[in-house]
Amino acid sequence: MLTMPVPDSAVLARRAEIAADLGRIVRGEGVIATATEMRAYETDGLTAYRQVPLAVVLPETVEQVSRVLRYAYDNGIKVVPRGAGTSLSGGALPLADGILLGMGKFNRVLDIDYDNRCVVVQPGVTNLAISQAVEASGFYYAPDPSSQIACTIGGNVAENSGGVHCLKYGLTANNVTGIEMVLVTGEVIRLGGKHLDSEGYDLLGLMTGSEGLLGVVTEVTVRILRKPETARAVLVGFPTSEDAGQCVADIISAGIIPGGMEMMDRPAIHAVEEFVHAGYPLDVEALLIVELDGPKVEVDRLIERVSRIARENRSATLRVSNSEDERLLFWTGRKAAFPAVGRISPDYLCMDGTIPRKRLPEVLKGMAQLSRTHGLAVANVFHAGDGNLHPLILYDANNADELDRAEKFGADILRLCVKVGGVLTGEHGVGIEKRDLMPEMFSAIELDQQMRIKCAFDERGLLNPGKVFPVLRRCAELGRMHVRGGQLPFPDIPRF
Amino acid sequence: MGEVLQPATNVELATLIREAAVPLEVMGAGSKRGLGRPVAASAVLDLSRFTGIGLYEPEELVLAAGAATPMAEIEVALAAHNQQLAFEPPDLSRLFGSRHAGTLGGVLAGNLSGPRRIKAGAARDHILGLTGVSGRGDVIRAGARVVKNVTGYDIPKLMAGSYGTLMAFTSVTFKVLPRPETEETLVLGGLDDGAAVEAMSLALQSPCDVSAAAHVPGEGTFLRLEGIAPSVAYRREKLKALLGGDIGLLDAEQSARRWKAIGDVAMFADRPERPVWRLSLTPSEAPVIVAKIHAEADIRHFYDWGGGLVWLDVPPTEDASASVIRNAFASGHATLFRASAEIRSRVAVFQPQAPALAALSARVKASFDPKGLLNPGRMYEGV
Repeated sequence: MLTMPVPDSAVLARRAEIAADLGRIVRGEGVIATATEMRAYETDGLTAYRQVPLAVVLPETVEQVSRVLRYAYDNGIKVVPRGAGTSLSGGALPLADGILLGMGKFNRVLDIDYDNRCVVVQPGVTNLAISQAVEASGFYYAPDPSSQIACTIGGNVAENSGGVHCLKYGLTANNVTGIEMVLVTGEVIRLGGKHLDSEGYDLLGLMTGSEGLLGVVTEVTVRILRKPETARAVLVGFPTSEDAGQCVADIISAGIIPGGMEMMDRPAIHAVEEFVHAGYPLDVEALLIVELDGPKVEVDRLIERVSRIARENRSATLRVSNSEDERLLFWTGRKAAFPAVGRISPDYLCMDGTIPRKRLPEVLKGMAQLSRTHGLAVANVFHAGDGNLHPLILYDANNADELDRAEKFGADILRLCVKVGGVLTGEHGVGIEKRDLMPEMFSAIELDQQMRIKCAFDERGLLNPGKVFPVLRRCAELGRMHVRGGQLPFPDIPRF
Repeated sequence: MGEVLQPATNVELATLIREAAVPLEVMGAGSKRGLGRPVAASAVLDLSRFTGIGLYEPEELVLAAGAATPMAEIEVALAAHNQQLAFEPPDLSRLFGSRHAGTLGGVLAGNLSGPRRIKAGAARDHILGLTGVSGRGDVIRAGARVVKNVTGYDIPKLMAGSYGTLMAFTSVTFKVLPRPETEETLVLGGLDDGAAVEAMSLALQSPCDVSAAAHVPGEGTFLRLEGIAPSVAYRREKLKALLGGDIGLLDAEQSARRWKAIGDVAMFADRPERPVWRLSLTPSEAPVIVAKIHAEADIRHFYDWGGGLVWLDVPPTEDASASVIRNAFASGHATLFRASAEIRSRVAVFQPQAPALAALSARVKASFDPKGLLNPGRMYEGV
């Protein structure tokens, strides 16, 4: 189990006073401070970890966000920002001595601008709601994380969320052109806008994927794309994962960038097929879904090329979608992969490493070995086009040591990813889940530099502490921040 | 200019920076030395020994090279596998009167991109990882070689457009993409600026997947289609029907030449004495902004990025029309892209920032380079 910083007892003792102060900033029902009501916020998508916060505040205006942050800054109180709470890495896990800043009331679409092909929204708008707002005119917002029905665009910015279409259309970072944000000091700044490329340093790029440690986003401008005229998918089964991996490499070498390219291994195929009956072949080791989108003439031509490449790579089964219903059926299974695995196991941990694609067979073999060592089963879904792997480790939280074993198994998988030239997390974020593995990827010097960036935004370390970085270091200790009158702001920040 | 330091390894570079007593001008090939505020440095940190393609795996869509690897070398290597840097980095050598197109690290340092920016993004959207040395003399590896990576802060993106003020890069890793099989360009004649931006907007809102849209007054409005031949042909007919009127066509070779000229800002190479501005604007607002500037200054101009990018040149007056230009718009930014060192030391080269943002930028700079050793003042005074 991961440990969190020891709560500040002085802050805990002031709970009632802090709640009252927040109530003066956000009037009415904007502050929640009773334990029962706060339970709704005690966890996010990483449900193994729970913590009731100090108080929950749900502001409705930028000014309120600014005043809440300024209040926290002046009083040395930690703040955890939260969107819909779908983080799979514990990014929105509350702190016992921290204010939980819920952005759910920022739920309006502010401006739909087809002439400039962008939409301006508040951060609590869900990912899917953006696409729905422009759907009637034939547009959509491209990044599509699988939680898109619930997750918010503010959370997407915090995590730099991806989705099955990001191989061709990019991640959140490539589709956001501007944000308004509030610094922990309460200062409001704007980065970018409807124009391209922010002036000065690319702080917009830095904010995207910063996991709520640098500031609170209060407005987001995203670019929207015209929907492709058609889309078709090929469903291919392979006798080995090597064949499937080679097929992916050959498709890309042929100059084809599919709209989506997803792979599943045998355990995932079986779990899914039993659940949704999508007609997946059960006697193959790997299943590949390749989707092509664009004008019909282009899609038809590329489908032929992809099918030929698949056959050259010893495909065991190959089906091309001949209707929109059939295309959606192919996807039903992939999209239901997580709940399908949830059906065959009481609990599962979803990992999120990225590897250079060609190392897949070796990583799958390593994982099978680790599965035996840790005595837990694993099923794999894989964004094959971009090398992002989601091993689902099956465990039962009711058995004393299984969570612990599952976490150790997960850590070993991520170490393997880093060893072959990959990374700890492709799209779920470090949060608390991968926090202690950061030294696997970065030297102490590199982590110090990352923490110095944090200090440039949040000198007092109040925004989402305990996440991302394995060791908390004082900014003064990191060697740049002002030490006022010889006094460190927080002399007893813990190391853990 | 004083001493020239020429380290050959990360360790040598780190030692040099750690022991540096004077500010350093960070340089690859020096091809864009005239871009930015003049640097108050008494020594040059010459990175030209960090060259060569270290890793290129076409089927993995990744290329890593020494930061000072010439762009020409990169392009030849990619072309051999029918690949490219999709953000279309421009060759600004004619605009700046420099010897060659510069280096891959320089492209990142300036976050440069070309006409395909509207579809494929800028250098920032394609950088995957890098190694370099901060102003503290620390060797920092950031990012990786894979596309999807949210492990820690996105330092590679922060380096895009940092003009060597945070770190001296030694190696950079970029995502590469297949080259389209063919291209062609539709040319609409006779449109004024407003009508041209409207036509480009219409084209970009269509499902025709227009990969570049520019308007050059007096020469035409250009819309590029790329992809496999039958798809390009289909989209050409669709776009013609959508836009109507008299539409000309550039074949693949003519199209490539035209877009290179637009991306390279070649049309302002003829009057090197005239300062050049680069404005990033909300596309639909651009024609009105340009008209306002035109009313007060003797400009030449053209639009790229569907109207969102305006290039203009102005007479070499005291402030190079900075106040006229910057007062003409409320959102966006204007960069004095080319001007004499004299003008660049007088005029804010990069868009001035609001106080809170300027202070944050200064703190970010200090987090990498507290002593202000790397390219001090290149972007903003005191940063």
